[in-house]
Amino acid sequence: MQNHSGCLNRGIRRPLGSVSCAKLQQNVHRVCMTNCPTLIVMVGLPARGKTYISKKLTRYLNWIGVPTKEFNVGQYRRDLVKKYKSFEFFLPDNEEGLKIRKQCALAALNDVRQYLSEENGHVAVFDATNTTRERRETIYKFGEENGYKTFFVESVCVDPEVIAANIVQVKLGSPDYVDCSNDEATEDFMKRIECYKNSYETLDETLDKDLSYIKIMDVGRSYLVNRVMDHIQSRIVYYLMNIHVTPRSIYLCRHGESELNLKGRIGGDPGLSVRGKEFAKSLAQFINEQNIKDLKVWTSQMKRTIQTAEALGVPYEQWKVLNEIDAGVCEEMTYEEIQENYPLEFALRDQDKYRYRYPKGESYEDLVQRLEPVIMELERQENVLVICHQAVMRCLLAYFLDKPAEQLPYLKCPLHTVLKLTPVAYGCKVESIFLNVEAVNTHRDKPENVGVDRSREEALRTVPTHL
Amino acid sequence: MAAAPPARELTQNPLQKTWEPYDNGLPAGHSAQRGVCMTNCPTLIVMVGLPARGKTYISKKLTRYLNWIGVPTKEFNVGQYRRDLVKKYKSFEFFLPDNEEGLKIRKQCALAALNDVRQYLSEENGHVAVFDATNTTRERRETIYKFGEENGYKTFFVESVCVDPEVIAANIVQVKLGSPDYVDCSNDEATEDFMKRIECYKNSYETLDETLDKDLSYIKIMDVGRSYLVNRVMDHIQSRIVYYLMNIHVTPRSIYLCRHGESELNLKGRIGGDPGLSVRGKEFAKSLAQFINEQNIKDLKVWTSQMKRTIQTAEALGVPYEQWKVLNEIDAGVCEEMTYEEIQENYPLEFALRDQDKYRYRYPKGESYEDLVQRLEPVIMELERQENVLVICHQAVMRCLLAYFLDKPAEQLPYLKCPLHTVLKLTPVAYGCKVESIFLNVEAVNTHRDKPENVDISRPPEDALVTVPAHQ
Repeated sequence: MQNHSGCLNRGIRRPLGSVSCAKLQQNVHRVCMTNCPTLIVMVGLPARGKTYISKKLTRYLNWIGVPTKEFNVGQYRRDLVKKYKSFEFFLPDNEEGLKIRKQCALAALNDVRQYLSEENGHVAVFDATNTTRERRETIYKFGEENGYKTFFVESVCVDPEVIAANIVQVKLGSPDYVDCSNDEATEDFMKRIECYKNSYETLDETLDKDLSYIKIMDVGRSYLVNRVMDHIQSRIVYYLMNIHVTPRSIYLCRHGESELNLKGRIGGDPGLSVRGKEFAKSLAQFINEQNIKDLKVWTSQMKRTIQTAEALGVPYEQWKVLNEIDAGVCEEMTYEEIQENYPLEFALRDQDKYRYRYPKGESYEDLVQRLEPVIMELERQENVLVICHQAVMRCLLAYFLDKPAEQLPYLKCPLHTVLKLTPVAYGCKVESIFLNVEAVNTHRDKPENVGVDRSREEALRTVPTHL
Repeated sequence: MAAAPPARELTQNPLQKTWEPYDNGLPAGHSAQRGVCMTNCPTLIVMVGLPARGKTYISKKLTRYLNWIGVPTKEFNVGQYRRDLVKKYKSFEFFLPDNEEGLKIRKQCALAALNDVRQYLSEENGHVAVFDATNTTRERRETIYKFGEENGYKTFFVESVCVDPEVIAANIVQVKLGSPDYVDCSNDEATEDFMKRIECYKNSYETLDETLDKDLSYIKIMDVGRSYLVNRVMDHIQSRIVYYLMNIHVTPRSIYLCRHGESELNLKGRIGGDPGLSVRGKEFAKSLAQFINEQNIKDLKVWTSQMKRTIQTAEALGVPYEQWKVLNEIDAGVCEEMTYEEIQENYPLEFALRDQDKYRYRYPKGESYEDLVQRLEPVIMELERQENVLVICHQAVMRCLLAYFLDKPAEQLPYLKCPLHTVLKLTPVAYGCKVESIFLNVEAVNTHRDKPENVDISRPPEDALVTVPAHQ
């Protein structure tokens, strides 16, 4: 009897009772391997984008497989001090306020310690102003005591327009200002910022030369990077240097219905069905009507996405890494045939659809790794339409909507439906537009019975209908 | 609203298996293949810094990297133009700021180099040109920037700032003492002259300034990579260049490349698959363990693919290792586990196309060397970050990695010799890489198939199979 969990994770069969394997430390290279946990410390005045960066960075790291959690000290304060009164809480001589704020910071650090040292977290993002050298030293010592590598991320911005826009985007709707008018909220918040300015000690090239940090200036116009220590810090720096805040939309859709879709077969490199070609024309019309500025169009290198893009009559770029998940020995099979020929594989897949790798094929986990450059380039770009495939679209969507690995392989991405994603506040607005051309359903839900000894009917119960 | 034109038909390119639109039987535009990065306007990279700050080291390394990932790049070293023009270097006095003759020649060389840059980027389909000179005055940099603007190039400055005298001394030893300029001098004479040469530049040196140069795109590298100042990255290629520059280091180390031990399929002349090691392959694994022990390497990292044969090889070492899926052998698609004879039998056309352009040829439902390079790029980036590493991989994969380190062009890459049971030890030295080849004295089949003379699709089977190595 083989070790099935070994199969699931590695795609290679572990030999029976192999003790030597277990003794040696054997690491499968995910996209990045972190040895000591990393503590990321945000630095900056209010309304400089610290929470925006914290949340985005956390989302990205989790998506690429690095367990990450953010700890927003302001949230701890809101939980402790039920009702926010005014900016006076933040006055530098408000003893009571200072005491509470310090208490919150320590509570947050305690949760950081629990996450990184007891709950297998790899990265913790400590989101607070951390504007004094003294506060940062406290945190750095905390990191050292616990064996964490500390990396500071400072956001510096003096442009009043940017700050005003931030306040509108994320502060007016804050729980702190739920009973205020916009004008009242803005006035109070501006005074809150003033409370920090006198004691603000920005990261200094000389005084802080031994710290690891990135200083982001003017929303990414320039960066100062100091002492990047390891792979994960290098990846974080690269990511932070590629994101921007220019308003734009990302359009995700699949190719039009294909000949194999109609027959309930997976994979392959088929052409579009009649309805698929109809969809391509509808997509062209939809794109025209949207009147999108400088739209980039990306496809995979499979015929069905390229055929779809051709109907748009605009230049497009083909990316091999956008190709559909490789189903290996199951390519071009129906689910019925997979159940017939590989019942064990079929069951294993239902047990852990994210990590399951088809024999001689790929897993969703593999897909995420290969799609990372697409995500990075999407972050750099502005308006983009990505015409791709079901599994690929699920991975991209999970990134934008912060869906965890367990949910990713079951996200609904039906044919002939465009998802328009628009960044807003700390997240992403999604609009789903069905382009009114009928298509088969290709979504197979997780069946109730995922045991390897299940019956054929139980395995096939959730298979959508097909020719 | 005008009706959309009818969708064009698609045809599959027989070599690369990519789908391309065609109009009336001719390939049409509108469809671009994304190589690893797409550059629209050409990019002019301008090095900045005093002598012995690593400008040429960075230029050459960056050029090598960009070419490897498929971005046509060329470096233009103004010092080389000067050496070609002024046959014999006399002394540092050539570089004195009040030496009219010297200044005239140096400006002439810079302009000649810029002219060649223009030819490369605007006439020869180059994407990136690296202009390697001191460029230490704002005036000189403005001249170059204007040149870039006039020609429609995006200009990106790379400045190296270093004040550590030990680093500068080490640079002089590594790359200046052996320079053609000092071929008739003793080391002491050369060092003394070179230090005075550096002094000639110092008074007029205007480093890139956060305020005065705020509208330029640049990266300022400080103290050999301890810190960086990055300003106004404009596009994808600049972002990749910054990422690369921030990951390279100069700490001495060695990279060991080898293949898995001989496999059961190797013995039978079959390609691909996921076989285990043969008896001799297991012998090799033990020899490799012994070799690694004897080398006494500090903090060696060991990487394998996720295929059984590399993992079995690593297991014999008795040390922790990391498995990378992207190190898996090239996917031969429908030809997996076939012999070359069977490929010729079943896919004679494919076999011929592969011989016509082995780098770009993609197996049906498989990959090309070009695809391999794209998937190996994160490995190269991580190898640049790391120090001592042993990579146990596969023939095609090893060829790609080796081509990066030895700066081999795409045409040669698929024919690089990477025999079984042989470790290549790569050690960075001066501007390149020293290679030591160590055969670990365990016999193995030869798996190297040279390009045959006849690559025509109409060739007879004998012509196709004439270079196939012997097997069971």
